[in-house]
Amino acid sequence: MTRPGELENHTIVVRVENKAGVLARVADLFARRGYNIFSLAVAPTNDERFSKITIVVTVESTPLDQIVKQLFKLVNVVEIAQLPADQSVERELLLATVDAPAKTRGEVLEIVDIFEGKIVAVSGEQLTVSLDGRPDKLDDFEALLSEYTISDLQRSGRIALPKIGRQAARLRAV
Amino acid sequence: MSDQEPIRLNGGQALIKSLEMEGVEVIFGYPGGAILPVYDPIIDSKIRHVLVRHEQGAGHAAEGYAHATGRPGVCMVTSGPAATNIVTPLADAYLDSVPMVCITGQVALAAIGTDAFQECDTTGITRSVTKHNMLVTRAEDIPMAVKEAFHIATTGRPGPVLIDIPKNIVDANNPDAYFDFVYPDTVDLPGYSPDGRPSDDSIDAALELLAAAERPVLYVGGGVLKARAAEAVLRLAEMGDIPVVTTLMARGAVPDDHELCLGMPGMHGNYTAVTAIQRCDLLIAMGSRFDDRVTGKVGAFAPDAKVIHVDIDPAEHGKVRIPEVSVVGDCRLVCEALLAKLEVKGGASAFADHTPWRQQVSGWQEKYPLVYQSSESGELLKPQHVIESLRDSCPPDTIVTSGVGQHQMFASQYWTFNHPYTWINSGGLGTMGFSIPAAIGAKAAYPDRMVWAVDGDGCFQMTAQELITASVEKIPIKVALLNNAYLGMVRQWQELFYDNRYSEVYLSHDMPDYVKWAESMGCVAFRVEDPDEIAATIAKANAINDRPVVVEFRCVEEENVFPMVPAGGSNDDIIVDPSQEQPAHSTAAQDASMTDAQRTGEKAK
Ligand SMILES: Cc1ncc(C[n+]2csc(CCOP(=O)(O)OP(=O)(O)O)c2C)c(N)n1
Ligand SMILES: [Mg+2]
Repeated sequence: MTRPGELENHTIVVRVENKAGVLARVADLFARRGYNIFSLAVAPTNDERFSKITIVVTVESTPLDQIVKQLFKLVNVVEIAQLPADQSVERELLLATVDAPAKTRGEVLEIVDIFEGKIVAVSGEQLTVSLDGRPDKLDDFEALLSEYTISDLQRSGRIALPKIGRQAARLRAV
Repeated sequence: MSDQEPIRLNGGQALIKSLEMEGVEVIFGYPGGAILPVYDPIIDSKIRHVLVRHEQGAGHAAEGYAHATGRPGVCMVTSGPAATNIVTPLADAYLDSVPMVCITGQVALAAIGTDAFQECDTTGITRSVTKHNMLVTRAEDIPMAVKEAFHIATTGRPGPVLIDIPKNIVDANNPDAYFDFVYPDTVDLPGYSPDGRPSDDSIDAALELLAAAERPVLYVGGGVLKARAAEAVLRLAEMGDIPVVTTLMARGAVPDDHELCLGMPGMHGNYTAVTAIQRCDLLIAMGSRFDDRVTGKVGAFAPDAKVIHVDIDPAEHGKVRIPEVSVVGDCRLVCEALLAKLEVKGGASAFADHTPWRQQVSGWQEKYPLVYQSSESGELLKPQHVIESLRDSCPPDTIVTSGVGQHQMFASQYWTFNHPYTWINSGGLGTMGFSIPAAIGAKAAYPDRMVWAVDGDGCFQMTAQELITASVEKIPIKVALLNNAYLGMVRQWQELFYDNRYSEVYLSHDMPDYVKWAESMGCVAFRVEDPDEIAATIAKANAINDRPVVVEFRCVEEENVFPMVPAGGSNDDIIVDPSQEQPAHSTAAQDASMTDAQRTGEKAK
């Protein structure tokens, strides 16, 4: 399955103070321009005063630069990094419940096996499977599973870190 | 932490005490249910509270105070409808970078989100019109919230900050609302550390362009006033012999009387200010933001210029025009850094000779001064004439505020602003009704100075009730009401761009009766209907110091503001006063055979 505008996806990692309302402020800057956030993952960092928000957004680079600068103006935003795919490690988690009656169960299990996914729940007619890995790997996995009727699916949204030795393009705080 | 002795206070007392610790002199506000507990300790505070007649007035008064003093204006209102009433001033302060702290009451924490009486999501509603806002959930967090609010409002690029206070944490009857008060002396904001110091590299790069320029223009905006940089900018202009334009937000930053000052650029700027930008080879944008009312069509703006952009807000750099040199920093610190290095390089001799450029500019000034046709005895008044008379009869440190419309443009064009912080208006948001409450704020800050609100009849009807505030609180402002019976600015656009089809812009000269209305609000009021009476009436108004004064100037209905660059058009297509020869580079000149009205009407199509 191809996702719209995948080629123009930008990954932005925003370190914020762990305070109420911060996510809304960040999301607002995209919403106000009518940009859709493609994926979003938020969780506290190893320093619990801060959270990291990983945003994947489909947008041209000029407005993105402007948005990044305006993100920086938010008082609770501590740091922003833009992570190009080739300079970062990206991971995502996928959970899917797939129809797997006896007739096709073997095929589904084979796909899960090839991708080194896991079976996390089983019933007579369905399997819930999980896979973590690079987002494009998850895309392929999802495409193959969709041949077998996916009744429910949730992806975690992308998270990313710069490759060791590569410094993410960091922007000066204001 | 601080070495103060802790004192046991409830949240309401702590809020007022915190404001006292911040040195607040005056709060503009309006009480109501959710903020009641905070109004009780006001009785015992040395802070003055000015009771406005509408919350919008509280916000604009706080802005007026802040514009005039550079200190943050403070306003306080209750929850729900009061909070929504103050959204306009917050947006106004946000767009014009005005330091302001706004305190709103909120329903009790337990009721938030239940659609309680007078509940609204104040922090949600105001998020995009404040520099920052916060919902405080514990009484003991109030001092730090106030400390942070003042810090954020006044540092970096200034702006409004809102603190939303649920009723239960300020309630004197709630035991949990009591705590040991100590006012913090530092803030802990890891994501906020504005630094006004420019980088050496950016200064050096700017110096290179400055040295090479043959036709430079300093494009001075409101950031210069916010940074208290007026003096440093003038020194730079003088050292480099650089002509200066002052935007609507920066009128007075460089004295209009100064030979280098060309006045206001933009849609209703004068020919020379507009054209100097169009022809310059170096544009030094100093605390200005390339607003569309200045640039006109961006692609045609200052086409031959390299740009040095100086602004403390990195998000302004490259937003509209990509600068050749971007100097992120406080305008004063930047100018001082430039001046220090220039001194070493020999001061004036570090620049090219700008004499030919200065001569070219003077030529434009001679050919295209601001002009209008005076009216004769017995005719109604010309608004420009009123402003000129007012200008000539007021002390030099008079503060002028204005509403939004033609009268605002006439005031900006025809007043001579020779001092910073004497011109207070709503530039970014263009908020009708700004002038009267803003004048109250300025006069509250400087009771000994003369404060004139130049207002339109439309604007007056939006916030006139604040004249009751002015009377009752003994804040004797003066209002010059330019009554042209129309929403004049909109009428002008309909005349020029909608074939004279006037849709919903007529107000009438005598409905309401402004004199009676003003008198009923405790003002002294005069009406002037003949140009011969202007000066004498202004003299009478200026002699009154104990009450607000309203002078209604009955102006002609059909006056238009010129020059004018049609919205979205190139600045080269500037239309000057119909009595002048249209400049050859303007498309207006090509229609010279038509009548004036046809020509200007034609422009629209
Ligand atoms: C709150 C608000 N509503 C509408 C407008 C649009 N507007 C801009 S100028 C203007 C006319 C103002 O009329 P008046 O106060 O009489 O001033 P004049 O132009 O006649 O001098 C209007 C309606 C605005 N700027 N602000
Ligand atoms: Mg009018």
